[in-house]
Amino acid sequence: MAPKTGLTRREFVKDAGGILIGFSMVDSAIAPRLLAGVSPDSFSTPSPSRLDAWLRIDKNGMVHVFTGKSEIGMGVETAFGQIVAEELDVPVNRVTLVMGDTAMTADQGGVGGSTSIMMGAKPLRNAAANARYLLTQMASQRLGVPPEQLEVRQGVVHVKSASSKGKSVSYADLANPGDLNDALKVSGSGFSLNVKGEGKPKDPSEYKIVGKPIPRVDLAPKILGHYKYVTDVRVPGMVHGRVVRPSGVGATFVSLDENSVKSIPGFLRTVVKGNFVGVVAENEWAAIQAARALKVTWTEPKQAFPVQQDLYKHMREATPKASKETAKKGDVAAALSGAAKKVEASYEFPFQSHATMGPGCAVADVHADGVTTVWSGGQKPHALQKGYAELLKVPLDTVRVIWVEDAGSYGRPGFEDTGADAVLLSQAVGKPVRVQWMREDMTAWGTKGPAVMCDLAAAIDAQGEATGVQFTSRAFSGGDIMFRPSTAGNYLGAQLAGIPNTSGVDEFAEWGSESPEYQFQNLHAAAHVVPAFYEAGSPMRTTHLRDPEGPATTFAVESFMDEIAAAAGDDPLAFRLKHLQEPRIRAVLTEAAKKAGWDARPSPRKTSASGKIATGRGIALSTRHGTYVGTVAEVEVNRETGEVHVTRFVCAHDCGLIINPEALRGTIEANLVQSMSRGLKEEVMFDRSNVTSVDWVTYPIARASDIPAKVEVVLIDHPNLPSSGAGEPSSRATAAAIANAVFDATGARVRQAPLTPARVKAALDALRQA
Amino acid sequence: MSAASLKVNGRVHHVDVDPKSPLLYVLRDNLEMRNPRFGCGLGQCGACTVLVDNHAVRSCQLTVANAVGKEIVTLEGLETAGKPHPVQAAFIAEQTFQCGYCLNGWVLTTKALLDRNPHPSDAEMRAAFESLVCRCGSHVGIFAAVRRASQAAKRSV
Repeated sequence: MAPKTGLTRREFVKDAGGILIGFSMVDSAIAPRLLAGVSPDSFSTPSPSRLDAWLRIDKNGMVHVFTGKSEIGMGVETAFGQIVAEELDVPVNRVTLVMGDTAMTADQGGVGGSTSIMMGAKPLRNAAANARYLLTQMASQRLGVPPEQLEVRQGVVHVKSASSKGKSVSYADLANPGDLNDALKVSGSGFSLNVKGEGKPKDPSEYKIVGKPIPRVDLAPKILGHYKYVTDVRVPGMVHGRVVRPSGVGATFVSLDENSVKSIPGFLRTVVKGNFVGVVAENEWAAIQAARALKVTWTEPKQAFPVQQDLYKHMREATPKASKETAKKGDVAAALSGAAKKVEASYEFPFQSHATMGPGCAVADVHADGVTTVWSGGQKPHALQKGYAELLKVPLDTVRVIWVEDAGSYGRPGFEDTGADAVLLSQAVGKPVRVQWMREDMTAWGTKGPAVMCDLAAAIDAQGEATGVQFTSRAFSGGDIMFRPSTAGNYLGAQLAGIPNTSGVDEFAEWGSESPEYQFQNLHAAAHVVPAFYEAGSPMRTTHLRDPEGPATTFAVESFMDEIAAAAGDDPLAFRLKHLQEPRIRAVLTEAAKKAGWDARPSPRKTSASGKIATGRGIALSTRHGTYVGTVAEVEVNRETGEVHVTRFVCAHDCGLIINPEALRGTIEANLVQSMSRGLKEEVMFDRSNVTSVDWVTYPIARASDIPAKVEVVLIDHPNLPSSGAGEPSSRATAAAIANAVFDATGARVRQAPLTPARVKAALDALRQA
Repeated sequence: MSAASLKVNGRVHHVDVDPKSPLLYVLRDNLEMRNPRFGCGLGQCGACTVLVDNHAVRSCQLTVANAVGKEIVTLEGLETAGKPHPVQAAFIAEQTFQCGYCLNGWVLTTKALLDRNPHPSDAEMRAAFESLVCRCGSHVGIFAAVRRASQAAKRSV
């Protein structure tokens, strides 16, 4: 593994043994402060326009890859290594990655939208192809043989012809300073940043490493206990911080009693900036005790939240903050008024918590010499660099953010806020401060996935065909807290300190991009954003949670497709196929159904309503930016208690070219379980002023007893198509597949997630009374 | 503060700490170990699991005073002479976990479980794990690794 922390480019060069392809010694812009205390010139982010910003080969033949992307648990580090090794023809274990260090890696927009392989791997592939091209040119000169007579095996350039057999030169021997200081043509920025040089990437038919189930490079170190997470970053002189949040939304700081904590051994001081309150101590246990014991007087919190049971009524009645029409085709109103049969239904999906396994940790060193280093697990380090620079009111190139893996991520989970807390505390005490949130800081005060509700209506004609669909969503914004955390006002601590949140955007829950796009003669879709409950410093700040609004809108649309199918007396799979043209979309449904042994018939199944346990099967589709997922769920429903247990998932997954099938399979299996948890159990609870989901008891998620006995994944590989994303798409269809299976088993349609026993029981009771 | 001796991974460490401090913070903060990990501090998730006399114990709920005189083994202490413990080897072979932050709980609970019951039924395995959390949802791979480790134990008998 290449070192991920505490190492500058210059140090790196020294340690790597000197000669690095393409490294230019005039690169004086990149001379970050060494941890030993050398003054910095700058922490500037490398320009993507040079080959050495992306990869270098040292004299031992190791290939060092630099990427602004990071590993958040789905195997992207391994996949990137495979892609680079493939283009260079080096063994995969000769490739190491430096990820997400703003002083060492180009700004690729960080991780997001399941784009790391789909878009973020492109510049790496092209840079590697270009390096191979240039190395072959150099070898040609060295060996006196035309390039077309050369071949590369295991990082050594060989002469192909029999007469010159044995003539060869290794990449390591070719590597000389400045030789390959090659300029690359840059296009795009952020996620779409790409580079091009003379060298062309391989044709997929030549792949030997891409597509292979290479073991993930991070897993063995994790399982053996050697892996370094951000929680393990320790720097000299570091002290420990904890935050103390207000007594509720809108409560303002009045005073604190330092005597309440003075006697705690190791306690150093309190820090107050507006309504941001923190404690700093010499050791972690002292900081925890101090945060718990500190007596703070707050004003009375606001009654800013509705009564929880009125949440969806509130959303329906609230004046939208923004509205837009997202699809219009034909005349739905006419189709509905002339329909032989009309199907109408509303679906509701709650606020959910990222609830990462570790509640967020960061180390910030706001140094007296004017230079700041922050170690954070936030998945967009270059955005954090901008935001923290703004928070400190310092030039961008005096701030370096070093990404180090934290616990999961799943979007914009609050790790960004933990880093800001550490920055604020370090600035106040003039020492490096490590902040780890407590469980409540994450579950109660961390960001939330937005609540979403969708109204759907369909027109069915006399022949049982669906002729028109109308979709209207109301949702809290997926960008109330901007998912690109590049401004100071983005962070909770900063908001509490009085910095306004100016970077939010209205992100809608949309038909199509956030759900499968079915074809109907007549279609109308509209989306409304519901205003946030409270403008800033609220525990109900909404932002991206895997994958923004997709699980909520897909729950609605895919449940509704089942309802129309049932109204039309169609098999749920056959009905869907009628309204889908794209062969790849149809294939994920038919492949999942085939593997599951799909019982083709209309739902619900015809069984006697007696017996405690009812069983059923449901299917649902997810499409997301070129990735297609068909999910079949089989369930048992306890008619007496309303409990739903998933006994089997079958998931067919098509994301184009597969880089690493085993890592992909692991990601899909985990997505199915996580999204099952969200569909069956997860709901952020709140009272008028506070989030009352504070821990794993009050925010329960799936446990061992909930896991299906069978989880089967069908991977559909398209080696000649570009890779699309796989981080999130298999999260989308799960809740709907389960709800459809519950309907199949019992005839009861549950339209509000999560499908808790109480909700399922209520639907069963309503059915009995009807 | 008071002096305490802790036996961790076969080595005795002398620390000067608040005897009421949970073992978790002393292992991480004073002994600068990477494992166990802080997950909730409430005993609800298992990320801070250590073996205490070969029982899986939540180190956020065990005071230093109560850990004195016990054999404490952490995740990194499972390896012997650079060789992964068979349970670790099974998890590696199955390529289990996404972020892996929870895995102290799963790996050490598996070790404690299989030491007492080398061939647990599915229900016994799930019962042993019911108090553990994996937020990424890696349970399918976890169960496969436990079965693999159990099978390996069968072969080696």
